[in-house]
Parts: sequence; structure tokens; C-alpha cells
Amino acid sequence: MARRDPDAPKRLAIIASKGTLDFAYPPFILGSTAAAMGWEVGIFFTFYGLPLLLRNYDPKVSPLGNPAMPLKMPFGPPGFRQISWPIPAIVEALPGFSLLATSLMQETFKQKGVPSLLELRQMCIDAGVNLIACQMTMDVFGFKKEDFIPECTVGGAATFLEFAGDADVSLFV
Amino acid sequence: MTEVLQPDRVLDCSGLLCPLPVIRTSKAIKELGIGQVLKVIATDPGAPADMEAWARQTGNELIDAHEEDGKYVFFFRRMR
Repeated sequence: MARRDPDAPKRLAIIASKGTLDFAYPPFILGSTAAAMGWEVGIFFTFYGLPLLLRNYDPKVSPLGNPAMPLKMPFGPPGFRQISWPIPAIVEALPGFSLLATSLMQETFKQKGVPSLLELRQMCIDAGVNLIACQMTMDVFGFKKEDFIPECTVGGAATFLEFAGDADVSLFV
Repeated sequence: MTEVLQPDRVLDCSGLLCPLPVIRTSKAIKELGIGQVLKVIATDPGAPADMEAWARQTGNELIDAHEEDGKYVFFFRRMR
């Protein structure tokens, strides 16, 4: 098989396998940035990463089972904001705690000047990033094609691998 | 810089973090003609390294980068 044209733009291939708020960021940040640098970008959304392409996706995050996640408050005096709260796992397991952690993280990101996830997703779309929704995951978890944004293409492992086979950078998130 | 550069457009990315300064710069420069100059102001501490990398990758010229009143200032010339 002929290799790609050496003058072709660099290519980035990412597998997005996680759908929580924290791990949803890296594929969209890297994808939009690479596109801004003139690279060709494809992201394959599979398993728990597939919901990132839902029309109305509202990702959550939980510090439970996520021990490296700092829990800091996005309000109050500077010294207070610096405190990383040592919350016991049993409290993190209480109903509503992940909603609290999610809103704290969203507020922190907003204050620091990081775009929301849906804004970043739109930037990827505008920049022509190829968003591939995993057909197998769709079937396994009972999603329908209409649940997803119309800008994504549906494909399987072979679709992604054909693109990734000529990639300069391949990442699994 | 002794020579004063006259930008054709100014883009203020103050208060924005990665990846927005790079993405907005990339959008803004595409709206300029070849040879025109874009001035970008940013406060993201990652901007100096990222802006240099973006210029190298896209082939646009980073004419000047310096700090001014605690902000980072960049001048790019659209090359292609």
C-alpha cells in the first residue's frame, strides 16, 4: 500500500474511552489545538467515551475512586481556595456528592478561562475534526444514531485504524 | 524592540487558558491576508511556549514576543 504524501499535514488519532467530565477534556483540547495547528485530527469515541457525542451530554465527575483529584473551592478568600479538602471516601459515596463535585469543577474551569466541554466540542466541529462514534458501543449500550450530534460519523475499529495507520501521533485517553 | 510594529489586527486573549489562545489566534490569522500582522495579548503562563510551537507548526512567522505590563504580547505575520 502506498504511504501518505510526505507533504500531507501531520495527523493525530485519539481514542476517547472515558466519559466523565475530567477525562472528557483531553481529547477535545488536544483535537481542537492540533486542528488549529493545521493537523488532520480523528477522534474515535468508544465505550464510556461514546456519550461525549450525545446531543445533550452533561458529563459528571466524582472524587470517589479518583484519589488524585484535588477538591478545592472556587469561592472565598485566596487561602480558603487553596485548601484541598480531605473528604473521606464514605462521604464521597453519598447521594449528590458527584453533582457537588461536578459543579465545583465546572465553576473552577469557568473562572480560570477554560471553555466548557460543549464549547470545546463545537470548536472541534468547526475546525473539521473527524468525530467517529463507535457503532459497536452504540449497539451494546442501546443508543440510537439519532441520539448523537449529526456532525459525527459512525464507524468501527477498522474505520478508526485505517485513519490511525497513517497518524503521526496516536493517543488513548 | 526599538522598531514599532503596526499590527493589522489585535486579538486580546487575556484571562483565557489553554487551548483558547492558540485556537483564537489560529482563527484570527486566517482572516488576515498573507503578509499581514496579528498582535496577540495573553495572560496564560503557557502561552509563550504554545505560541512558539503553533507558529512553527503552521509556518507563520513569530516576529516578536515580549512581556508588557505583566502580559505576554506576540506579533505574528501570516505566511501562508
